[in-house]
Amino acid sequence: MEIKVVRRVLDVNEKMAQQNRSLFTEKEIFVLNVMSSPGSGKTTMLERTLSYVLPEIRSAVIAGDICTSNDADRLARTGVPVEQVNTDEFGGDCHLAAHVIEKAASNIDLDDIDLLIVENVGNLVCPAEFDIGEDARVVVLSVTEGEDKPLKYPLMFRECNAAILNKIDLLPYLEYNKNSTLKNIQQINPGMPVFEISATKNTGFDPWIEWLKNKVKSKQKKL
Amino acid sequence: MHEMGIAMEIVEIAISSIPDNIKNACVERVNLKVGKLSAIVPESLRFCFDIVSKDTPLAGAKLNIENIPVVVRCRECDLKWTIDSPVFKCKKCKSGLIDIISGRELDITSIEVVEE
Ligand SMILES: Nc1nc2c(ncn2[C@@H]2O[C@H](COP(=O)(O)OP(=O)(O)OP(=O)(O)O)[C@@H](O)[C@H]2O)c(=O)[nH]1
Ligand SMILES: [Mg+2]
Ligand SMILES: [Zn+2]
Repeated sequence: MEIKVVRRVLDVNEKMAQQNRSLFTEKEIFVLNVMSSPGSGKTTMLERTLSYVLPEIRSAVIAGDICTSNDADRLARTGVPVEQVNTDEFGGDCHLAAHVIEKAASNIDLDDIDLLIVENVGNLVCPAEFDIGEDARVVVLSVTEGEDKPLKYPLMFRECNAAILNKIDLLPYLEYNKNSTLKNIQQINPGMPVFEISATKNTGFDPWIEWLKNKVKSKQKKL
Repeated sequence: MHEMGIAMEIVEIAISSIPDNIKNACVERVNLKVGKLSAIVPESLRFCFDIVSKDTPLAGAKLNIENIPVVVRCRECDLKWTIDSPVFKCKKCKSGLIDIISGRELDITSIEVVEE
């Protein structure tokens, strides 16, 4: 006997994500989900980003790391509250799910922040599938990763609202065709802003910071 | 890569979908729709499913996976087409305002049950 079911497998996650989103909207908090492959420079980029937006924009971070607390420690040095989350609980290390964010956010004073940054687990595949209740998604891609990454991970680049091309300082040492990367990104997500930066050399941040600040402010005006 | 969590979710949804009036029901087949844009690898999903369905009414059940192509529609000129490479740009009017109509599915459509 065939029994009709018609349910999305990720239903539970999506409901929780909506619940998170309502809470963050009520608190006028802009939530940024930062994703990339391992080592593309998320933590370094976020350390710099925080130094630009603080203290004007009160921030907190949720850092998803598989087993160390290195990233959380580095980010905590900027002076913001950092919640380190364990991704082991839900049968995998590959992404942060909405219920993990809900739990982590309950340890943060939400009345005290305007911006909540989530450093997702280093992975270009799985995090793109999991809504966590964020307002915007940003993918960090470093120039050492090759030009064809956007084409190989279309869902990630399709789902993001902006891309950061990091480690620009290494261009002179690489045989890397930056224009080809930019073209590939535009093919997947026409019109998506791409910010070219060097997180270690601290260059190229201004347009990115302006983009972020505008987003945070528009979230506050919405209510 | 998160196939284990997905498999657990599938087992849970399937079990909760077995009607109460069927005693000792045993699920033979789970019919799934998986979009081509989803990050699921069918082989690993089957592997994980076999593990997590042990000792449940789904033990030994088959996962029947229907692959759903990526269909998009242009917001400017309404053209609808199936893409087989990741190019999200209208073939006709070159617009980049493209909506994904299908290809992101990860849905259970039905289960097939036998009474023991
Ligand atoms: N040359 C260069 N190196 C960089 C840049 N940004 C980051 N790195 C280096 O890249 C390495 C990884 O940086 P992280 O910031 O830890 O990267 P991540 O994406 O947070 O890594 P995971 O969280 O482990 O996925 C470190 O050795 C950084 O110093 C950059 O702009 N230029
Ligand atoms: Mg990191
Ligand atoms: Zn068109």
